[in-house]
Amino acid sequence: MSIVTPGFHGRGRPAADLPPGQYLTEDFPVLSAGPTPRVPTGSWTFTVTTETGREYRWTWAELLALPAETVTVDLHCVTKWSKLRTTWRGVPLDTLLADVETAADFAVAESYGGYTTNLPLADLLDGQAWIAYSYEGEDLTAEHGGPARLLVPHLYLWKSAKWVSGIRLSHDDEPGFWETLGYHEYGDPWREQRYQGD
Amino acid sequence: MTHTYVDGNALAGPLADLFAVDLTTAVLRCAGCGRTGPLAGLHVYQKAPGLVARCPGCQAVMVRLARTPTRVHLDLHGTLALAVSLPS
Repeated sequence: MSIVTPGFHGRGRPAADLPPGQYLTEDFPVLSAGPTPRVPTGSWTFTVTTETGREYRWTWAELLALPAETVTVDLHCVTKWSKLRTTWRGVPLDTLLADVETAADFAVAESYGGYTTNLPLADLLDGQAWIAYSYEGEDLTAEHGGPARLLVPHLYLWKSAKWVSGIRLSHDDEPGFWETLGYHEYGDPWREQRYQGD
Repeated sequence: MTHTYVDGNALAGPLADLFAVDLTTAVLRCAGCGRTGPLAGLHVYQKAPGLVARCPGCQAVMVRLARTPTRVHLDLHGTLALAVSLPS
């Protein structure tokens, strides 16, 4: 069958320090499932909604006022490209969730434009995830998810929701945009969890 | 908004693996805005883990299609109705 095939960027050279099935790329491919949202920072907000419906909201200015971190991480896309040693700046989810009262086990990241992706709440904590607004020292462009995106580099990149608008916390694991179309609910690149059942 | 889509003819090959008729001339109704038009007129985003076809009127997702090694996943929940012309 000649049908949708991930990996449309062709194959680069394999590298020993890549997860299984991945190929190294030096550029930064832009993947998108729809029009690129242009979200003015003046109207941008980030909202955490708990399982009880309580909301915690930050404006752009409030986000920038929080302590930020600069991290250098590897990116692994489910379409099989990997990009190593990318440098980002953003606010750790540990900071944003520190005062949020919740007993939830799961989270759904929601984006401007309607995209969603699910992951365990634990994967957003302990220095594993950021709301990133800078890439390689520059403001994050809209094509790569700016003004701010979720960055969860230990999972396949579709979990790092571009144009993130909030995190919804839940007792239940609710599959997101790609997770409802055959992709893995967790997405660990080192265990090659690309598809349901992997 | 930046547009990086192709037209709905990009769905012809993948859908031909699933359906016996050519669906590119089929008329679909958008669940988001009610607009009707041919499948070939949809905006298809293909630089993604799957194909995502959106309404040219309201940009709502009307068709999603992805292939895994063992299954083809087709989501039509954004399409209210689909009309296919019969051979004369």
